[in-house]
Amino acid sequence: MRTNQKILAYPYIVWLIIFIVVPLILVLYFSLSFRDGGITLENYRRFISPVYGKVLYRSLKLAFISTVFCLVLGYPMAMIIAGADITKRNLMVLLFVLPMWMNFLLRTYAWMTLLGKNGVINNILGYFNLPALNLLYNNGAVILGMVYNFIPFMVLPIYSVLAKMDKTLIEAAKDLGANEITVFRKIIFPLSLPGVITGITMVFMPAVSTFVIPKLLGGGQFMLIGNLVEQQFTYVYDWNFGSAISIIMMVFILIAMAIMAKYEDPMEESGGLW
Amino acid sequence: MSQNIIDLKNITKIYDGETSVLDNIDLYIRKNEFLTLLGPSGCGKTTTLRIIGGFEYPTKGDVFFEGKRINDLPPYKRQINTVFQKYALFPHMNIFENIAFGLRIKKISEREIRTKVEEMLQLVGMESFAKRTVDSLSGGQQQRVAIARALVNEPKVLLLDEPLGALDLKLRKGMQIELKKIQQEVGITFVYVTHDQEEALTMSDTIAVMSEGKIQQIGAPEDIYNEPKTAFIADFIGESNIVKGIMIKDYLVEFADRTFVCVDRDFGENTEVDVVVRPEDIEITSAETGMLKGKVITSTFKGVHYEMIIKEDGRRWMIHSTITAPVGSYIGMNIGPDLIHIMKRGA
Repeated sequence: MRTNQKILAYPYIVWLIIFIVVPLILVLYFSLSFRDGGITLENYRRFISPVYGKVLYRSLKLAFISTVFCLVLGYPMAMIIAGADITKRNLMVLLFVLPMWMNFLLRTYAWMTLLGKNGVINNILGYFNLPALNLLYNNGAVILGMVYNFIPFMVLPIYSVLAKMDKTLIEAAKDLGANEITVFRKIIFPLSLPGVITGITMVFMPAVSTFVIPKLLGGGQFMLIGNLVEQQFTYVYDWNFGSAISIIMMVFILIAMAIMAKYEDPMEESGGLW
Repeated sequence: MSQNIIDLKNITKIYDGETSVLDNIDLYIRKNEFLTLLGPSGCGKTTTLRIIGGFEYPTKGDVFFEGKRINDLPPYKRQINTVFQKYALFPHMNIFENIAFGLRIKKISEREIRTKVEEMLQLVGMESFAKRTVDSLSGGQQQRVAIARALVNEPKVLLLDEPLGALDLKLRKGMQIELKKIQQEVGITFVYVTHDQEEALTMSDTIAVMSEGKIQQIGAPEDIYNEPKTAFIADFIGESNIVKGIMIKDYLVEFADRTFVCVDRDFGENTEVDVVVRPEDIEITSAETGMLKGKVITSTFKGVHYEMIIKEDGRRWMIHSTITAPVGSYIGMNIGPDLIHIMKRGA
């Protein structure tokens, strides 16, 4: 019986090895070797320079700002959906997920035609004889792109926690003298933290590593760490340095997640990365 | 009026244009009494409680608290606290913080909070649990904390929505006595909702029996049990034998194909009525001497008494008696005049 059950886990273990363990080992191996073989730390040493430090700093900063925007915009949205009655709720979730069914690139290109110099917004402004704005190819456009693309990952986990929340807890708090603001501060928000943590995790990780959004909406003007990795692999063909950057980025994400986990409810067993 | 703490006047509640959940209810609750709203599920008892608590808004009618209309007052401004059916303790706070919740909102000094919470923990016998988490407590313990959390705010009225529903029988019995004791100790008004008639009889000063959105009868437990106004109440409060009968004239009723002397009057002559007889009010005699004669179908020993089902000319009678007769034998049944309760038909 026992052995039979173990056998059932084998396909998963094989899957795990092929798709997670082997690629990670390969990336680690590449990052620790010269192009023509031989073990070295040279690739990591190369990264320690003001140029690359700036790229890393900018990536983390933009990802952080985008995550904050996603949270500030996404939380009220999640509350609105969770507060609606059941039929409207499903429709709202559907509307929210609908854009995700479209290709990521396409959605981002759509923003280019909206924000561009001769784009929709500037055309409308011109119609009212207002000066055209530089909306594209700056930090703002990159952040907008990140928030737009990643906000569903913030809204959905928060929504699912809020929707499952026991409504009598809110009634109990009101019964004990809490007004709407206190109820939110002391009951709803603390109890929704697992959803918030998951949301932050799911927005921050792709935001740090994205290279499509800064490339299209940032115009490739300033490089983010994702672009750097992409460049090493597709243009420079320095897979070793690219791998080293990937590992460094991974370490930074792990550190960020570990910090987040500290704020997670210790009673909650699942939901976090740690 | 002055001694009433809560007055409900012509309260009607309708959800989404459906049939009314509450139908023109009038109810007054006196200061410091233990009032129970008793009724089957869907009778509107919980809705009544929620209207008093401020969680529901009456479609029509007014709620008065110490003579002042409080229809528009949100729950957090009412001097009323609630013990919820599923306790509704805050899972992210320990027991101490749960109880302190209401006090912290009132911005009371930390020292005073500590004293008051400890007092409450003592009142419900949970002194050693202050630092524990909610989910490490059993249902009965959570119940005590929920009561302490409500009482620490010194409300004038405590609302309890089937608070013992989730507990097992033994624990429930113990808590019934304890709740009554607590109510007498703190000396405030308790409004208690239950569908358990025994619970209602055990604890209440006053019982309001509800069904189909109306209050059917209100009174002391003894009065409700001994003088139920309708066959519904008689059936709901304790076990009852209910048969169709005809009130021939004052003090004379016909049922089970013979006439009985009774103590009721003012029903008119030859009026169709329901006749209610409590199982413990039927006396067993020999088949020859009894007013009614029937065959014993079952006889079950219940501890203090036997519960017997007697078949008499197609009618079934339930009898609670300390003596019994063999199944299949014929017995006689006697009913005293003051033990026959006459109800208006269909009321």
